[in-house]
Amino acid sequence: MIGVYTNTTPVDAYRGAGRPEASYLIERMMETAARQLKVDPAELRKKNFITAFPYQTPVIMAYDIGDFHASIDAAMKAIDYAGFPARKAKAKASGKLRGIGVSCYIEACGIAPSKAVGSLGAGVGLWESAEIRVNPVGTIEVLTGSHSHGQGHETTFCQIIAERLGVPISQVSIVHGDTDKVQFGMGTYGSRSLAVGGTAIVKAMEKVEAKAKKIAAHALEASESDIVIENGEFKVTGTDKSIALPMVALAAYTAHNLPDGMEPGLKETAFYDPTNFTFPAGAYICELEVDPGTGKTSFVNFVAADDFGRLINPMIVEGQVHGGLAQGIGQALLEGAVYDDTGQLVTASFMDYTMPRADDLPSFQLSHTTTLCPGNPLGVKGCGEAGAIGASAAVINAITDAIGNNKLEMPATPDRVWHAIHG
Amino acid sequence: MSTVKLTVNGKAVSVDVEDRTLLVHLLRENLNLTGTHVGCDTSQCGACVVHVDGRAVKSCTMLAGQAAGSNVTTIEGLAKGDELHPMQAAFRDNHGLQCGYCTPGMIMSAVDIVHRHGGKLDEETVRHELEGNICRCTGYHNIVKAVLDAAGRMKVAQAAE
Repeated sequence: MIGVYTNTTPVDAYRGAGRPEASYLIERMMETAARQLKVDPAELRKKNFITAFPYQTPVIMAYDIGDFHASIDAAMKAIDYAGFPARKAKAKASGKLRGIGVSCYIEACGIAPSKAVGSLGAGVGLWESAEIRVNPVGTIEVLTGSHSHGQGHETTFCQIIAERLGVPISQVSIVHGDTDKVQFGMGTYGSRSLAVGGTAIVKAMEKVEAKAKKIAAHALEASESDIVIENGEFKVTGTDKSIALPMVALAAYTAHNLPDGMEPGLKETAFYDPTNFTFPAGAYICELEVDPGTGKTSFVNFVAADDFGRLINPMIVEGQVHGGLAQGIGQALLEGAVYDDTGQLVTASFMDYTMPRADDLPSFQLSHTTTLCPGNPLGVKGCGEAGAIGASAAVINAITDAIGNNKLEMPATPDRVWHAIHG
Repeated sequence: MSTVKLTVNGKAVSVDVEDRTLLVHLLRENLNLTGTHVGCDTSQCGACVVHVDGRAVKSCTMLAGQAAGSNVTTIEGLAKGDELHPMQAAFRDNHGLQCGYCTPGMIMSAVDIVHRHGGKLDEETVRHELEGNICRCTGYHNIVKAVLDAAGRMKVAQAAE
């Protein structure tokens, strides 16, 4: 091993971490192949989609489920793919080069089965933990090792609990990001929070509910198997007998009338180690125009059709996709660490490093197709990085389509695009 | 050291600061108004935007002394008690924020944009005007939606007054 000092900027995993690079390479090759074969790029992808599941890949992962045709069909419909040649001709008449670019991605999230990552050399297990505390007044605290820095765990995780128990979301609170309180956790990365962290919450809830049902059955003098949970109440099915969650919680802590041998309290912990990765997939199509005089790219439309499995909170999911797309587009068009001939970083502040601004981006047209993930009880796959994974290839495929030159490096700045057009 | 007297969120304040102190540091460190953020320190990102005499200003670019005698409004002064400003409400309703770091500056800039353009805002104008505020989370999609939504709400609120 050789260690060297360098004056270049340190690098680390970035949104998508490895999948954007892989996806970009594959989707640029698909586009290039389609052009060389003179086959419609969308058709070539369709011919090569995997349609039978599970599908064992040569690299550990076994794709569990997906419907890639549904995604690309949704994207093609949203952008009116069939109408593109007419739009291109019209743009040409006004001196603009119009292009369309497809990018289909699949990625691996739900990181990760500890055994699988152990075989790849990881030094830790990648499970997640959850603790559910039902307080004596019936409020619920959820401690998760998957912390949030704006992904909205406080909302999505609460929704899971509120939906299971039929209680108002305001009755549930999330504790995260505090190692004084949350003893164990592996964190938030790899679009794993809901698939792994959320499932740990479900597993802990199953334990809480099982104990609460025993307490309720004892109080109602009914059989445990007859107890159902509805609207925040434990009901004896087929009767009007019921006991509200706060009363069950209070009974758990007063411990005056618990089933023989039961421990007081209503607090459970679960560790969840996934059995497989999850595989979000989707199709992105970008339509844009290039000004041949300046090399400047302007978006006409950007559509994204993703399959994230079940959506717990579609608004939050869409927000994640918007942000991911912006990062993927930023990489395609604007962002790059540039050094001059003497090794001086000349993109050291936002004055020079082009973070995407509002006027660099279009509004996005999102849609979702759904195949439920069979690997976890929530049926979720993960949505945090998809946009950044699929967007860059769609943009570069569209620009190279517009200018009729397949050689173009990212970031495709106006200078680079102009030279790709004019040599 | 100098004594700077100004009005912040409707309250008269008098603060002794070093002459080099920037307005954002007076707000955050002397007045503990930490809703105004410092993002880049180079006047690029807009996380530090506040209103000085009704105009949006990047408070990391203004000396505290330059704000003497001015009326400064920060994100903390925008709501009327428990009632959010229409721009704040629109950001919440449209999911116009994720991590929240850029949000105070975004909102202060957006209020200024609506004031300057009145009801004549369209998406292109909003995107152009937000050029000085950077967001890494939202892709701006829902921020733009929120500003357009708020422009409508502010017009209605103005008509009602």
